[in-house]
Amino acid sequence: MPSKPSMHLSSATKGFVDTDNTEQPIGGRAPLVLNMHRFGEVTHQVCRVAESKPPLAWYVAFVICLGMLGFLGICVNYLIFTGVGVWGLNNPVMWAYDITNFVFWVGIGHAGTLISAILFLFRQKWRTGINRFAEAMTIFAVICAGLFPGIHVGRVWLAYWLFPLPNSMEMWPQFRSPLLWDVFAVSTYFTVSLVFWYIGMVPDLATLRDRAKGKFQQFAYGLAAIGWRGSMRHWHRYEVAYLLLAALATPLVLSVHSVVSFDFAVSQVPGWHTTIFPPYFVAGAIFSGFAMVVSLAVPARELFGLKDLITLRHLDNMNKIILLTGCMVGYAYSMEFFIAWYSGAMYEKFAFVNRAFGQYWWAYWIMVSCNVITPQLFWFKKVRTSIPLMFILSIFVNVGMWFERFVIIVTSLANDFLPSSWDQFVPTWVDIGTMVGAFGLFGVLFLLFCRYLPMIAIAEVKAVMPEADPHAHGAHAHHGGPHDSHAGHGVPSGAMPALRDPRSSEGQP
Amino acid sequence: MSRFLFPRWTNAILPFILVTGAIMPLYAVLVVAYGFSPKTIDAGYMPTQPVPYSHALHVGKLGLDCRYCHTTVERTSFAAVPPTQTCMNCHTQIHRESPKLAEVRSSYETGMPIEWVKVHKLPDYSYFNHAAHVNRGVSCVECHGRVDQMEVVYRHSPLAMGWCLECHRDPIDRLRPVSQITNLAWDQRTEMTREQREALATQYHINPSENCSTCHR
Repeated sequence: MPSKPSMHLSSATKGFVDTDNTEQPIGGRAPLVLNMHRFGEVTHQVCRVAESKPPLAWYVAFVICLGMLGFLGICVNYLIFTGVGVWGLNNPVMWAYDITNFVFWVGIGHAGTLISAILFLFRQKWRTGINRFAEAMTIFAVICAGLFPGIHVGRVWLAYWLFPLPNSMEMWPQFRSPLLWDVFAVSTYFTVSLVFWYIGMVPDLATLRDRAKGKFQQFAYGLAAIGWRGSMRHWHRYEVAYLLLAALATPLVLSVHSVVSFDFAVSQVPGWHTTIFPPYFVAGAIFSGFAMVVSLAVPARELFGLKDLITLRHLDNMNKIILLTGCMVGYAYSMEFFIAWYSGAMYEKFAFVNRAFGQYWWAYWIMVSCNVITPQLFWFKKVRTSIPLMFILSIFVNVGMWFERFVIIVTSLANDFLPSSWDQFVPTWVDIGTMVGAFGLFGVLFLLFCRYLPMIAIAEVKAVMPEADPHAHGAHAHHGGPHDSHAGHGVPSGAMPALRDPRSSEGQP
Repeated sequence: MSRFLFPRWTNAILPFILVTGAIMPLYAVLVVAYGFSPKTIDAGYMPTQPVPYSHALHVGKLGLDCRYCHTTVERTSFAAVPPTQTCMNCHTQIHRESPKLAEVRSSYETGMPIEWVKVHKLPDYSYFNHAAHVNRGVSCVECHGRVDQMEVVYRHSPLAMGWCLECHRDPIDRLRPVSQITNLAWDQRTEMTREQREALATQYHINPSENCSTCHR
């Protein structure tokens, strides 16, 4: 089926109707920006979200999330004033929902960095439509993740002991402990992600500033845009900074979840003490992260009319990554069982049989069905391009990945070496409330982001439009090559992507 | 379109903001590390006592031994604060009418103890045993300072964990013969050689433990 980018839509429905651009035309690539021929249309499409009243659904979602956030406050305060006994932790199971949620949220964050850094370095142009809010998602997810280790220490006012600071006790954190490495890994990750996100957003903040009508908006966006005027020198420095930060962030995609996996892999507990953990955790993190991006992108593009910028091709690509990483996760699950048998270690063998058929068998099978079986449906293009199906499947993946962490942490601890100390973990209402409340925190932050900040990297999206490529206008006949005859919706030829030229075009004098 | 750009004077404060931003984290760490340290907050604590008892007079000039009043120091973890009766051993004879001793006399008559204010206070979660130290060559002066020169007792040492550990890691210089244990004017650093102190460590089986449960039981 050929793409139909030239279909003309009225401005009211613009962005609210799906156009299939998942087929690659012969001799080129399907367009990443649909139904737009001028850079100004992109600017308008993105900025109007921040400039007009949000749809009713936004308010409904915001109130719900705010309620959940309030409940989180209650749970956390109750925990702080009473003690960690309000959670369902017991003697063998000293980590449960807290660390499960921590690993879950850190994992979610990985898609953002992968999209913003690795796909940038690989010149994957389709990243531009989704990178901004994937990065925002990363930051909010890491905030949610940071909450859990912070409160699970019990005496939260001493949480600064996590950091190696000079003190009158002459005590330092245990530098041989992966828990300390975790502190560094996650805080580095948060800082780099935040800086990367912010630097990338500066030109778009300047656009919002220039379009703002109110005095306060002009000042607030102006302050955030740190004096951006879109001069050549600004763009030059921006490009250099962005490239350097991408290079800095790239190793973090792999290192952060590797270090998180060390929390388990470095210990002796059967079910944790596994060399496969780092790559397995990283694959799982990207898997869950992309699922979360899909879960957020689908309603966001629906609500705010961004279907011409976050197109079906973007979603199709993300679903392919979910399929790939889902297969990797499935492979890791089976390899764990193989090694448990092949190692001949009886404790190891017991840990895995117990995982699948022991007291938490249901959690294990939820995990397997959500993480291994459901992503296989993405082999079918019909599923990859069906909005309702991909939304449901992405939710399944998120559920499955939460259970993966639960299964790893709780089943391994509940039945460890000493049968006399075996116990069962039963969550209390505070456990569940904190978990639900973290979603509220995430939701509030994300909804505020959607409402007030440029959800899509305006400047970068313009660079992947055919209009950004001077060759696409047919002016350079000497270049030859299979140019699409429709100048404008045609496809950039094999030339290098023109990343620089078009960005200073809009909203600048 | 009107828009907000930073006015020109902001250029002047930019270096200040950058430098402050760079220094602030370091400053915060230093404030917490040194400002909140017991060395700053607790050392030198000198509360007003109900009776103007002078250690400088009784110990320094008159030569009372520490153990005359703090009787339990060699036998228990706690160095007892003397009862009023200990004061009255002498003060039934000396300075019987002194107004400074009014509180002591009324305590003696009513049987209600004098409410001395505790100067050296350890937190509940740390265990310290006086007997274990004074019977094995650690003098009072090592922690309490020259009490024999104090008009009013004050906290000489920070009593911080790091300060405890300093000695537990290298006790040799703090050791003296048990015979000199309450002789606050005597200093093993000048009276003895390091070899002699090392010999003392062997003799007293000094092997201070540094694990958590030594003090946090």
